Amino acid sequence: MTQGNRLSGGQIDRNTTLSFKFDNRSYTAHPGDTLASALLANNVRLIGRSFKYHRPRGLLTAGSEEPNGIVELRTGNRQEPNTRATTIEMFEGLEARSQNRWPSLKFDALAINDRFSNFLTAGFYYKTFMWPAAFWEKLYEPMIRRAAGLGSLSMQEDPDECDKGFRHCDLLIIGAGPAGLMAALTAGRAGADVILADEDFALGGRLNSESFALNDGAAADWAAQAVAELSALPNVRLMPRTTVIGAFDHGIYGAVERTGDHLASLPAGKPRQILWRIYTKRSLLCAGATERPIAFENNDRPGIMLASALRTYANRFATTAAQRVAVLTNNDDGLRTAADLHAKGVKIAAVIDVRPDAPINHDYEVLRGAQVSDTKGRLGLSFVEVALADGSIRTLECGALGVSGGWNPNVHLTCHQRGRPVWNDDLAAFVPGTDLPPGLSVAGAANGAMSTHGALRSGAEGAMKALDLKGSLPDLPAAEDAPASQTPFWYVQGCSRAWLDQQNDVTVKDVKLSHQEGFRSVEHLKRYTTLGMATDQGKTSNMGGLAIMAELAGKSIPETGTTIFRPPYTPVPIATFAGRMKGKEFHPTRLTPSHHWAKERGAVFVEAGNWLRAQWFPLPGETHWRESVDREVRQTRASVGVCDCTTLGKIDVQGSDAAAFLNRIYCNGFAKLAVGKTRYGLMLREDGMVMDDGTAARLGEDHFVVTTTTANAVSVYRHMEFVRQCPFPDMDVQLISTTEAWAQYAIAGPNSRKLLQKIVDPEFDISNEGFPFMACANITVCCGLRARLFRISFSGELAFEIAVPSRYGDALMRRLMTEGEEFHVVPYGTEALGVMRIEKGHAAGNELNGTTTALNLGMGRMVSKKKDSIGSVLSEREGLNEPGALMMVGIKPLNQEDKITAGGHLMEASGPVDAAHDQGYVTSAAFSPTLECHIGLGFLKNGGARQGEKMRLVSPLTDVTIDVEIVSAHFVDPEGERLRA
Amino acid sequence: MIIDHPLLGPRDSSEFVYLGDAALIDRPDWQVENAAEAFYDYAYLRGNPAGEHRELWFHESGDRSWLVVTRNTVTHEISKVELARDVARAQGRSK
Amino acid sequence: MHDLVAITALGGTDPQVDSVGTVTCSEVPGVALASVAVRLGKEQEATAALAELTGAPAPGVGRFESKQIASIWIGPDQWLVEAPFETHENLADQAKAATGNAASVSEQTDAWARFDLIGSGVLAVLELLCPLDTRRMVEGDVARTSIHHLGCFILCRASEQFSVYGPRSSAGSLHHAIVTAMKSAL
Repeated sequence: MTQGNRLSGGQIDRNTTLSFKFDNRSYTAHPGDTLASALLANNVRLIGRSFKYHRPRGLLTAGSEEPNGIVELRTGNRQEPNTRATTIEMFEGLEARSQNRWPSLKFDALAINDRFSNFLTAGFYYKTFMWPAAFWEKLYEPMIRRAAGLGSLSMQEDPDECDKGFRHCDLLIIGAGPAGLMAALTAGRAGADVILADEDFALGGRLNSESFALNDGAAADWAAQAVAELSALPNVRLMPRTTVIGAFDHGIYGAVERTGDHLASLPAGKPRQILWRIYTKRSLLCAGATERPIAFENNDRPGIMLASALRTYANRFATTAAQRVAVLTNNDDGLRTAADLHAKGVKIAAVIDVRPDAPINHDYEVLRGAQVSDTKGRLGLSFVEVALADGSIRTLECGALGVSGGWNPNVHLTCHQRGRPVWNDDLAAFVPGTDLPPGLSVAGAANGAMSTHGALRSGAEGAMKALDLKGSLPDLPAAEDAPASQTPFWYVQGCSRAWLDQQNDVTVKDVKLSHQEGFRSVEHLKRYTTLGMATDQGKTSNMGGLAIMAELAGKSIPETGTTIFRPPYTPVPIATFAGRMKGKEFHPTRLTPSHHWAKERGAVFVEAGNWLRAQWFPLPGETHWRESVDREVRQTRASVGVCDCTTLGKIDVQGSDAAAFLNRIYCNGFAKLAVGKTRYGLMLREDGMVMDDGTAARLGEDHFVVTTTTANAVSVYRHMEFVRQCPFPDMDVQLISTTEAWAQYAIAGPNSRKLLQKIVDPEFDISNEGFPFMACANITVCCGLRARLFRISFSGELAFEIAVPSRYGDALMRRLMTEGEEFHVVPYGTEALGVMRIEKGHAAGNELNGTTTALNLGMGRMVSKKKDSIGSVLSEREGLNEPGALMMVGIKPLNQEDKITAGGHLMEASGPVDAAHDQGYVTSAAFSPTLECHIGLGFLKNGGARQGEKMRLVSPLTDVTIDVEIVSAHFVDPEGERLRA
Repeated sequence: MIIDHPLLGPRDSSEFVYLGDAALIDRPDWQVENAAEAFYDYAYLRGNPAGEHRELWFHESGDRSWLVVTRNTVTHEISKVELARDVARAQGRSK
Repeated sequence: MHDLVAITALGGTDPQVDSVGTVTCSEVPGVALASVAVRLGKEQEATAALAELTGAPAPGVGRFESKQIASIWIGPDQWLVEAPFETHENLADQAKAATGNAASVSEQTDAWARFDLIGSGVLAVLELLCPLDTRRMVEGDVARTSIHHLGCFILCRASEQFSVYGPRSSAGSLHHAIVTAMKSAL
């Protein structure tokens, strides 16, 4: 029989039938169902196995607080573990599987754990797996991982996408139950910019779950009318399927909208979920309340559920967990479940009311002053054992038991900024405290207004107060206004294997044991027993654990305290936090102006920060990167090579104080630099360490173009703005980044001038006399295109850097290649660039590593003592200027074949090899095609005086020791004749 | 967090980059007698108050202004936001 | 006249146009840009020169003017001037000539890639891209913000007509973010 547990009525669309699978069996459902309601309708009570003891488990709730009914949803690469069946909206073809069972849900091998429960109590892991330590990694951890855990990952890439977004509003209303809807109507009608968010796909909250009337109609009908009115208001945005997960600083809320989870498949380009950041002026929490269970022996059998959940399933989803149902309650609200189920034709076995004066009902039996002492049933509830008021035991046959221990206001978001809830004796529950996140107020059941009338009223009042609206309250629909006092009843005395936290398998016994072992703080209890630490974060279990702890300690509940609620309110997939930022969209990619050309040439690219740079340009037949790189170096040094160096930061520095400003930010002097000249500049941090280096070209009396290293372009600009705006606010200097505006290429090698002469317009003299080393000028190329030319060299060769507006960069590169054919021009990448700068002994990122000073780099004398510059004072500190200070040196292997290892350490030729005898370290290493051996740069104590010394280079990590010689860092052309040619 | 930019109004803190104590505006004079000591204090010594703190933020994804933000480090409440350049000038800094 | 052929920020010879639903995203390479920053104490002189050059008073905080040459506020005492590339490739020189020693001028033409987003539903696209409340922006409003970790200017040219300026080297990433948001929102 299909859907044998369907009842009449409900908010499901019976005209459409959907098919779905659970554990490979096919069932049917209707739109409006959740997976949970559909399983119940098909008489499936057993949904999964518990975490630790592998006990059979079913559904406890009908909402997002569900601890038990968690399943693996969908298949293949869309498989999602640990989804709550109670929140999964039914769609055609849905497939779900139970979790944590093997080989099958009905026969689970690890159910044997339940027999050993005495050993698996609180602190089990801490006590058992302590010794021997070596067993942890190899034996205990893999074993625990196999046995525990819940669902499994597909281990495949998630094909779906999530989005992030930003919304703004005057008033964010969190929760669309009676309070939230009334608040939205009040605020919306007043014209405020309102967002109403609710985690459910149907707005209305408990109005959709109750049988009582609002005005003359069904509560659900009133909710539908309210939603219709709100939908028509242009200033109100409704966000169903949206969970507000956290309250953050200054009125910012995080919210997850499930835009695609209810669809069989996502339309192309559409996200599965959107993580919204909502900026609010004010917010109103109308999150309602969560019913709390009562703990009794074997209270975790499938079929034992919250009474309100049974009511939701009956009234909203037209389904029942069983045809014969009992109810255990300590309050009047629980009685509604019995009445509603009875009205729908479900047989009520009895109402077990712990109150001796419980109201009598003529439709079914009420057992006053009774409690549940035990339950029976192998894979689901069959019998409830009732301890009657007179002490006798009676056994009731039933397939479901609704349990109501009263209601806890959902205060979670009020605590997200370390606010603490306060105890309310009338409600026997925590209600929001006064220390709320700024801008947030609370209405409805979340604030302790438990009746429907109370919720409607407080919603309207909350909105008026939040928006400072004048006038009288809007008309409220007539609604029940039952008094809401609760007499606490947490657990049945004498029970032991009575579950508090069903997801983490924490029992009353565990809490008692942890108390016995001395855990007194509620935070310790939580961590020792793992109570409330599962994916449901203890929404149905924390209060019970706390109450028992308080009782054992002889203290009141408020004295015992609560744990802190933290975001997110319900679990959020990591994919939702990642959004679109995955794979190559993890960060933005910056392309150089010659990128498309380089790609055509088959270049291999490397990431340099966000930039993609050509690393080398392999030619057909080249099988190893060294072949390509060696060729690029040799050909550049022999004739001419071209390299895209656009990535270096370029900052335009202008103003009458531009030169004075550069004097401040560089340790060396710039005031006297002539117009048309470029100078190397070394920038220090205030603590005297080197921050960055580059060049400054003086294009005019009050105009410099400063270059930075690729890596530091952003931080150097920020630093320069700081110097200009903070310590020296009256300097007349203006800054703007021009990195992107200009395509800049290095043209290096003995034929570089000849190549340039073919494109530089003839009126510009670029001969050695007309345009000497370190010259710079605004010129034109290719018959009139504006360009900038700098005679600077990183390779040690005769070299220039030429810049044109970026849009022409591609064409200029192609032109250089064509015009350079006669010189066998070679494009070179960052590897060859690196090899040539090591050969020339230029410091780069490896040497400017944040721990080195100008002195270490052999540029100590550059730090001018005649002017104020950032870092100059502290660079003179004694400790940085000891005679044995590290100095940059060159390193060559004694045996031509040996390879220099970057990161290796320098040791004396003989003697111990340990940290105490460390003499220095290697920062950069490469094979030099020019010297035909490996070379390196590094820092060596007193390195300036140790040229010619034989040492050992030791790399314990790679187990390498080689003999090396300390040489000048300038391996190539130490006199600098080539670059001045 | 939201920083109420004195020119642009409330903006998400993700547009800003944090530097630290606003005392960094008060860079010592390099020529005073105890310059080394003064710079040592300036570069290394910071208050770490649990409460109001004046700190420097850079509107990097915005108008490139450096701001002095007075923020309570316990509650994150921001009570004042000023342009650092105005603060620096008011403190007598020039060039 | 030189003979180098320009490519657009996205690497094509022609600007790219993408339409999803009612919104169109167009790459707009045909603009010249220059930054104009006031020199210390020259506020009046510089703003007067800027007004003369552009035909409109220098716009205030968060605003732009678009007369013969557009001027866009980008920071305290700093504007970006914008004009058709075809006729104003040397815009920086013109701005420098107009402002003299009252302002510092830098060519910014190829520092930026411009995308125009036009059509009903564009606000739904923008709310997936940036933290600004673009629903509140009116014609002539400009703000710099962060899109996909890129510092971008957003200009409201008219109702449901926006321009986005992002760094040219990241035009591909920015374009991808915009088109992805269009497919998602529309």
